[in-house]
Parts: sequence; structure tokens; C-alpha cells
Amino acid sequence: MSESTNPIRAARSPLKTIVIDACLTAFVVLILAIPFIGLKSDSVGTSLQLVTRWPLMFAVIGAMVAGRVLLNLWRMRPSAAPSAKGGKGVGATLSAWGGSHIKMIGVVAFVAAVALPFMPFSNRYVVDIATTFLIYVMLGWGLNIVVGLAGLLDLGYVAFYAVGAYTYALIATQLGWSFWLCLPLAGLFAAMFGIMLGFPVLRLRGDYLAIVTLGFGEIIRIVLTNWVDFTKGPDGISGIPRPSFFGAVFSRSAPEGVTTFADLFGIAYSSQHRVIFLYFLILALAGVTNLFTLRMRRLPTGRAWEALREDEIACRSLGINPTNVKLSAFALGAMFAGFAGAFFSTRQGFVSPESFTFIESAIILAIVVLGGMGSQTGVVLAVFALVILPEWFREFEQYRMFLFGAAMVLIMVLKPTGVMGHREPTIRLHPPGKPGEQPEVVQ
Amino acid sequence: MAYFIQQLINGLTLGAIYGLIAIGYTMVYGIIGMINFAHGEIYMIGAFVSVVTYLILSALGLGYVPLVLLVMLMTSMLFTSVYGWSIERVAYRPLRGAPKLAALISAIGMSIALQNYVQLTQGARVKALAPVISGGITLMESDGFTVHLSYLQMFICVLTVVLMVGFSFLIDKTSLGRQQRACEQDRTMASLVGVNVDRTISMTFVMGAALAAVAGMMVTLYYGVVDFYIGFVAGMKAFTAAVLGGIGSLPGAMLGGVLIGLIEAFWSAYFTIEYKDVAAFSILVLVLIFRPTGLLGKPEIEKV
Repeated sequence: MSESTNPIRAARSPLKTIVIDACLTAFVVLILAIPFIGLKSDSVGTSLQLVTRWPLMFAVIGAMVAGRVLLNLWRMRPSAAPSAKGGKGVGATLSAWGGSHIKMIGVVAFVAAVALPFMPFSNRYVVDIATTFLIYVMLGWGLNIVVGLAGLLDLGYVAFYAVGAYTYALIATQLGWSFWLCLPLAGLFAAMFGIMLGFPVLRLRGDYLAIVTLGFGEIIRIVLTNWVDFTKGPDGISGIPRPSFFGAVFSRSAPEGVTTFADLFGIAYSSQHRVIFLYFLILALAGVTNLFTLRMRRLPTGRAWEALREDEIACRSLGINPTNVKLSAFALGAMFAGFAGAFFSTRQGFVSPESFTFIESAIILAIVVLGGMGSQTGVVLAVFALVILPEWFREFEQYRMFLFGAAMVLIMVLKPTGVMGHREPTIRLHPPGKPGEQPEVVQ
Repeated sequence: MAYFIQQLINGLTLGAIYGLIAIGYTMVYGIIGMINFAHGEIYMIGAFVSVVTYLILSALGLGYVPLVLLVMLMTSMLFTSVYGWSIERVAYRPLRGAPKLAALISAIGMSIALQNYVQLTQGARVKALAPVISGGITLMESDGFTVHLSYLQMFICVLTVVLMVGFSFLIDKTSLGRQQRACEQDRTMASLVGVNVDRTISMTFVMGAALAAVAGMMVTLYYGVVDFYIGFVAGMKAFTAAVLGGIGSLPGAMLGGVLIGLIEAFWSAYFTIEYKDVAAFSILVLVLIFRPTGLLGKPEIEKV
């Protein structure tokens, strides 16, 4: 990677450099590819057999070498020489434009989201996808509080989501409480777990914290799988009640003493009603998460999060208690995951430990990171890229996670702050270039 | 008593494997201060390379066990270290100097990508291998329980000890080891006195990958089954071992590995096998809370 910047090597003729580099690439990729692409161990009956795939392997090597040559040509293009890192990237321009029009974009997006289920093209499938989209947006915004604002890397975020989901599932099936009663409880339980985990471990440095949260996520999953008496183990809990609209149920006919949603409004029954209701429910929940975060960022606690992210030692010397501030971010992030979890379990009507694996945590983290840590708009774009695009390209399903991981690496290498990343504080006393004016709010 | 000794043997064997992986974590952490999250996948890749090598050898009709083992060892070390080198080159080197979280996220991405790469290329099914070394010796017999030490367990423990001795020699006595220790202490200073820092870091990844490959080969022989998902849990446990022993310390990594192996073996034997992973993770949490520097680690001074 660094050959082209090395002054001694750069003195070589460009063609020679490219050829040598291509040969090296071919050699390395050849070694990498032989045991995995060139040779495959196939199970035949009970024994393993070797299958060769040389054409595929050479195709992969050819593609890699071609990519490498193109990359080098791109780097050596004449315009690249004077200012290698100058100029604004697309992401920066986008985020600058987004920053100045943020209110308008937000309103337009919200109106579009409200209108979506009533559009002529929208059917059950579209609304379902939109609901999934919003669940991830909400989780992304929740994790954004922890990772983006407070700068704490949480690799076990899905554990809190699981706590929320199981809280609702267990209370609703065992005690028969309604969704609306359980929703705050789910958030509360998740926040409690956040505090329980956070209290001892938040003193740790960033990367240790990441591993501990990862371990915690795994512990929760293993307990959910193995504590069969309580959680029904790997079979999961089914028959979770659906939410009602202020007591009106979404079904064709209601039991004695209960009205159906269709009767309440005097409209014909349609199975679509519940889907649309769930959609609006998650829209409201996600909206609350967003508003909460935006408001929180301007309050002392939120500003302390951002300050802590930038420099912990400076914060400590200014009298901020890092543990308490981190704990609040951790607990609030967990709370939103809990809400989202309760919604998830009422929507699916079924929960099992399968839904709460590490990969899920990684997806949510990737959403936050890809979007640019701390950017609310970035999260929405990232969910679109990571959850909705794969939905359209179903035939590439098996490559999804591979591309996903590769994209995470690529984005970090190209832009370590994320696509829409900006590390501007939310509130500045003196905005650059405008000394002495009113504090400017960046969103 | 016999049962206890049997578990001790099993735990030591397991611990040797974890220890070898843990060395990779601890060395990389020592030199560039990042958790190489993809190291577990490196170990998994090592296991797959040894499976493929074994299949080639049996297709060629080679059956002489020591030769088979030697070839498996060499090829898995060779191919896997190229993987280690490439990963550092592609995913970590461009991020040197970037925020720590960026490097960690890149490592997580690499881990996911590698796991799915192996799933795509080798299939998602579990690969089962016929035992290469069988048989063993009976050590003692009491209360109707026989303590069995298999040749395979002996092989694993002996190979680990040999590798550890060789490796300690490499770090303590050779010029590469000196360069590496210099980079660990102060990278800028090392580069000023003529140490090629980039090359040293690459070599660290190569060595870590080679040791993880040995662990992968051992696991292939020991359990006889390999799938693309083994790297995640093993990586977590090896990382726990590295932290337990004191991250950055090589003897610590080995000690931590052995302890984790013993804990896991005894936990499975005397408590519930389902919660053995919980035991390992809980130990990680407890160690980090009460003794963040680990058993043999040096306290870290935060510089402003």
C-alpha cells in the first residue's frame, strides 16, 4: 500500500512499478487462493473428498490483479500528484449540504414516511420492509448514543435488544399484561441491564470495553438458549400477543367485551390494518428516539458525552465524572434497544435466541459506523445500504455477509470517520469564522 | 482422583491450543496496541488448510504418520501466515495512526469477511476427519475409572512446548526479536535507530498467524471436526487468556491459555457443559474489573 508514497521506489518508472506490483499481487493471491478457492473439501457420504476449481481460482487472481493495476493507475494519474489528500470528498460535501438543509430533509422524510402506507404502490410487502427498516434505524439511533456520541464501543448491543424482546414475550405470555404496559418495562429492564453491566466495566479502556460487551452479549444469548425452564430455550417463545389500538384488537371478530379496530372506525376489516398500525408504532418509537437524541445532545449530559468522546483526561480535569456520564449513555442506549426489542417481539409474535447473535450486533454497529459515528442522517442512509439493498438483491444472499464485512473494512480504510462523519461538537460557543455570535447548532 | 487427573490432562491439552492462539493476540496488542479481532479467523483458516493438506496427502497415498503431521504443520503454517500478512496489509496498515476504534471496527469487518469467505469457498457443513493418530497409554486406574493419555494429547503438549521454547529464543535472542521488542517499547524511537517498523509489524502478524495455524491443526486432529464458525468462540477464549495472563506478555499468554483450558475442562466436568462458554467470558469480565493488567502484565501508564 505504501510503495507509491515511498520516495525511493517512486523514482522507478511507473510502468515498472505497476508490473512489479501486479506480479506481487498475483503471487500473494495465488497463495491465498490455493487452499480455499483452488481446492475444496467436499463431504461425500461420511468422508471428505477433494474437489479442484482451478478456473475459478485463476479468474479470481486475474480479477485481483486487474483491480490492483487499476488502483495503481488511479493513484498515479497526473492530477493526483500535487494534492493527494486535498479537496472535499463526496461524503464531506454531502454532509455539509445535509447539515445546512437538515430541518427540511427531516420534515420531508417524516412526511414521506407517514404517507408511505397510503401510497398506491404500497402493499403488505412494502410496509413490512419499511417496518424492518425502521427497527434498524431505531437500533442504529439507540447505539449512536453509545458509540457515536459517547464514543464507547459496544459490541453486545443486541443483548439489550434481546432483554427487551424477552421481557415483553415473558410478561405477555405468563402474566397477560398488555403491550403498552410492557413497553416501558422492557425499556426499564434493558436500561437496568445496561447499568448492571456498565457499572463495573465502564472504567475500562475502549477496546477492553468492546470485548467485555461482546462477552456479555454472548452470555445473554447462551443463557437464553440454555435456561429452558424460563425461556423455553432454543425453541423460543411463540404466541406472543399482538398490540391493540387502545383496546381495539386487529382481527376479524373480537371476543366478548372487546371491539375490533375495524368496528371502532366503521370500516371494512383488512389484514393490512395491523401491518400499517405496527408500521406507525415503530415510526413513532424511532421518532421519539431521534428527538430524544437531538435534544439530549444540547443538554449538559449530552455535551459531556461528546466531550468525553474527544478527550477523557480533559473531561476529568474539568470535573466531569466519566463513569456516571458513560453510564447514562450506556443505560439510555440500552433503553432504546429494549423498546425496539419489545416492538420486535410483538411484531413477530415469536422470539428465539437465534435472532440475537453477534452478527446482529455487528450489523447495528456497522450501521452506526458506516453512517458516520454521531450522525443521525447517516444512520438512515446506512440502514438503507445495509438492510434494504440486500433485500432487493436476494439472489446474492449468500455473499451478503462477506460483502458486508469487506465493506466495513473498506469504509474504515478509506474514511475512518464514516461516510457522513463529522466530529464537530453539537454546540459551539464560537463557530469558526463567526466570533461572538449566537451558539450555532450542528445536527 | 482419577477423574480429576483425566480432566487435568484434557484441560492442559485444551490450554496448549488456547495459549498458542493467545500469543498472537498478545504480540499484536503489544506492538500496535490493537485487538486483532480477526485472529480467531486466522486460527480457523489454519484448521481448514490442514484439512485440505490432509486430503491431498491421503489422495497421494501417503500414510506415514510423522511425515503426514510434518507436512500438515508446515503447509498450514506457511499458508496461514500469508493470510496473517495480507490481513495486516489490507485492513490494519492503512489505519495506523487512525483512532483505535477505527482499527478495531476494521478488524471486526475483516473477521466477518473471512468467516463468510471460508463459508462460501468451503461450504457451511462441518468437515469431519478420520483420526490421524490413535491410541494412547493408560496411566492409572482407580475407582473403576481409567486415566487415559492419548498419543495425540502427548503430541499436542510436546509440540506446544517445543514451539514455545523456539519462540522464546526467537524473541529473546534474534535480531528480529530485538527489533520487535524495540517497536513494542517505542515505535518512533525504533524507526529512528533504523528498525524497519512496517516490516517488524508484518513479521509479528506472520508469527502470530503461524502459531494460530498450529493451534488450528491441533484442533483439527484433536476434535476431528472443523467448520467455518470455530474461530469466533476460540478467538474470544484466547483473547480472554491473553488478558488473564497480562496482555503484552508472552509467558502470560501461555499461562492464561493453560488456565482457561483447565477452567473450561473442570467446569464441563463438574458443573454444566452448556455454560462453559459463560464461565470463560465471566472470567474475562472479572479479570478486567479486578486486575486489568492480568497476572503477569505490567501496569499501563496513561500518557497525555
